[in-house]
Amino acid sequence: MIKYILRRILYALPLLMGVNILSFILFFVVNSPDDMARMQLGQKHVTEQAVQNWKHQHGYDLPLLWNDRASSNKKMTETIFYQKSIGLFLLDFGVSDSGRNISEDIKQRMWPSLSIALPSLIVGLLVNISVALMMVLFRNSYLEFSSIVLCVILMSISSLFYIIGGQFFIGKLLKLVPISGYDTGFSAIKFLILPIVISVISGIGSGARWYRTLFLEEVEKDYVRTARAKGLTETQVLFKHVLKNAMIPILTGVVVVLPLLFMGSLIMESFFSIPGLGSYTIDAINSQDFAIVRAMVFLGSVLYIFGLILTDISYTIVDPRVRLS
Amino acid sequence: MIILWTDTLIYLLVIAISLAIFFIGKQPQMRRPIKKIGASKTGMISLVVLIFFVIIGLLDSVHFKSTESRTHEIISLLDYWAKPLREQGEKTYSAPFSTQLYSKETMTADDGTTQWGYPRLKFGGAHLQNPEAEWKMDVFTKALIGFGKGAGLFALLFIFFWITLHKNHEHFFANPTSKAVWFVLFTLISKTYMLIDLSMYYHVFGTDKVGEDVFYQAIKSIRTGLVIGSLTTMIMLPLAIVFGIMAGFFRGWVDDVIQYIYTTLNSIPSVLLIAASILMVQVYMSNHAEDFNSLIVRSDMRLLFLCLILGVTSWTGLCRMLRAETLKLREMEYVQAAQALGVRRGAILIRHILPNVMHIVLISVVLDFSGLVLAEAVLSYINIGVDPTTYSWGNMINGARLEMARDPVVWWSLLASFIFMFSLVLAANLFADTVRNAFDPRRAD
Repeated sequence: MIKYILRRILYALPLLMGVNILSFILFFVVNSPDDMARMQLGQKHVTEQAVQNWKHQHGYDLPLLWNDRASSNKKMTETIFYQKSIGLFLLDFGVSDSGRNISEDIKQRMWPSLSIALPSLIVGLLVNISVALMMVLFRNSYLEFSSIVLCVILMSISSLFYIIGGQFFIGKLLKLVPISGYDTGFSAIKFLILPIVISVISGIGSGARWYRTLFLEEVEKDYVRTARAKGLTETQVLFKHVLKNAMIPILTGVVVVLPLLFMGSLIMESFFSIPGLGSYTIDAINSQDFAIVRAMVFLGSVLYIFGLILTDISYTIVDPRVRLS
Repeated sequence: MIILWTDTLIYLLVIAISLAIFFIGKQPQMRRPIKKIGASKTGMISLVVLIFFVIIGLLDSVHFKSTESRTHEIISLLDYWAKPLREQGEKTYSAPFSTQLYSKETMTADDGTTQWGYPRLKFGGAHLQNPEAEWKMDVFTKALIGFGKGAGLFALLFIFFWITLHKNHEHFFANPTSKAVWFVLFTLISKTYMLIDLSMYYHVFGTDKVGEDVFYQAIKSIRTGLVIGSLTTMIMLPLAIVFGIMAGFFRGWVDDVIQYIYTTLNSIPSVLLIAASILMVQVYMSNHAEDFNSLIVRSDMRLLFLCLILGVTSWTGLCRMLRAETLKLREMEYVQAAQALGVRRGAILIRHILPNVMHIVLISVVLDFSGLVLAEAVLSYINIGVDPTTYSWGNMINGARLEMARDPVVWWSLLASFIFMFSLVLAANLFADTVRNAFDPRRAD
């Protein structure tokens, strides 16, 4: 088992290298550091000296890939590529373009993100699965037909409208919860209810439909027919047999996204002004802070790859038919 | 006539789609699914709605230089017809069908006295002498007249088709599906006519902050939504098909390399990748401002870049599916027989593998469309979507979002974008379901 996990982690290294090269090309080759400096300092009226200062301050004044002027073993290391990549691999993201320590910011901001994302995921999962089970239980009836239609309608509404509508009706008209904001500790709960409710509702349409197809695929199988032939009722068949077997794809689907929960949701957090990583990213995008965006790109892919490894491991734990190889 | 980059691609796309329909219609194995779509009520209704949107989008894709104004701005055929909508701007917000501005101002009367109140609109309901008394009746009669005109137009069309077709093609009128389609056509045509008629005299969906007609903005946004939904697919399809089939068919190192590429791309959260790319495009454009001299050219290039980036981030899913399917297909007897007979690999790929994965391609294209239209709104909200000067539903929502705190609430921009976006996405979703039911072999009965 440990050997398997180690090998999977080794496999992840070339992927991370690929992500790193891709982000390097995007951030440093498509536009030269000079362009970035001008963008940051304002387009016109920028002296050459100011550009050089900015580049030196942020460590962008080195050659891209190969440093001819450096001494022999520093030809590779005294470059932007090396300097800016090695930190990423050590998960030390350096300082942002506005001078803040990115790693510190991330450590601080990932908990608010998690406090929205995790409850949303769990509640959403429970709601979606129960709705989907209802649809399968009452299949070929008007109840199923109308809930499918409802799902398609819910799916066709942009998530922005859910948020705006929720904020307006629950927050402004009914005044049940504050419209937006955040607090530390347990007093944060009243701020978290609305975003969680909204993200659950906006996910029902596609989620319930997806789980329904999973269950319907299971329902057609032979063991279900056997269970029915034994004389089990439809409810027993569904909850004892179908749900249990469908749990495997459901669980593995959830495990993939678990690490990514730290990254938070971009729009949710910025609408509800929650100081998580999602709003951090948005702020970075809006203020064109390239260092932060690059760090988030790398962090996101690390977490995703970690999720993939977790998925494979959880497969072997949940499904006895899968062997490590 | 001026042809923008996205216009060219749209024309190409239209040609490609018509060719595809022509060839698919000829193939015998495609007849059954096409008949199935034709028999489905929801499928045909949503198709009619989609085609309606596409026609508006196409009208908006024929650009030329305006000869009337001195500025020689680039306008489209749709702009040309919607001239009153485009030019009848107010000062600031006004509610739908309103005759007054949203905010109070000091007005100077003819006799020189000043008064604090709601000024009349310049264009909305300007023909009324006494708005309070006449307003309701006038809107009602104008709506009724417009509806009547539309119904008349529909009746003419219907009679024309009935005379030419009813002898040989009775199923165009008799079965329940075609009845539903005619009914939807009737509502579409008459409602459109009603809206057009009303919008000559009123701002049907009100005006926005700078006094622009919201109805006009919503119509113009149709093209943006369609472009993002369709051009992205056009960019993604070749990548997904070529890489997916090659990975599945050749296996070995080709498979390894392709798998590596798509796992790498996939592992970057797509929003972040899009954000990073758009940031870079912004930097590039601001440093090469001389290449993008006109406003419309610049926003068009940004739209194209957005489609390109969305395409690059979204081909991996389809590629993986095609790879799995090809892996399965290459072990089939007919492929092995072809190999044993010495058919060249390229020929096997094109003649035996490609036609048998086409249903997956078709299904995923229609399924992705609605998701892309929805994604545009979210991306525009984070400021990494289309150019802020482009008309799009995302930009409309973004602009209206901040006005929800006002009292009374400025809700009409949201309503308009909601109605248009919802009907396009709903139609696309319903049509995608029908296509999937018809083409998925697992669902065949």
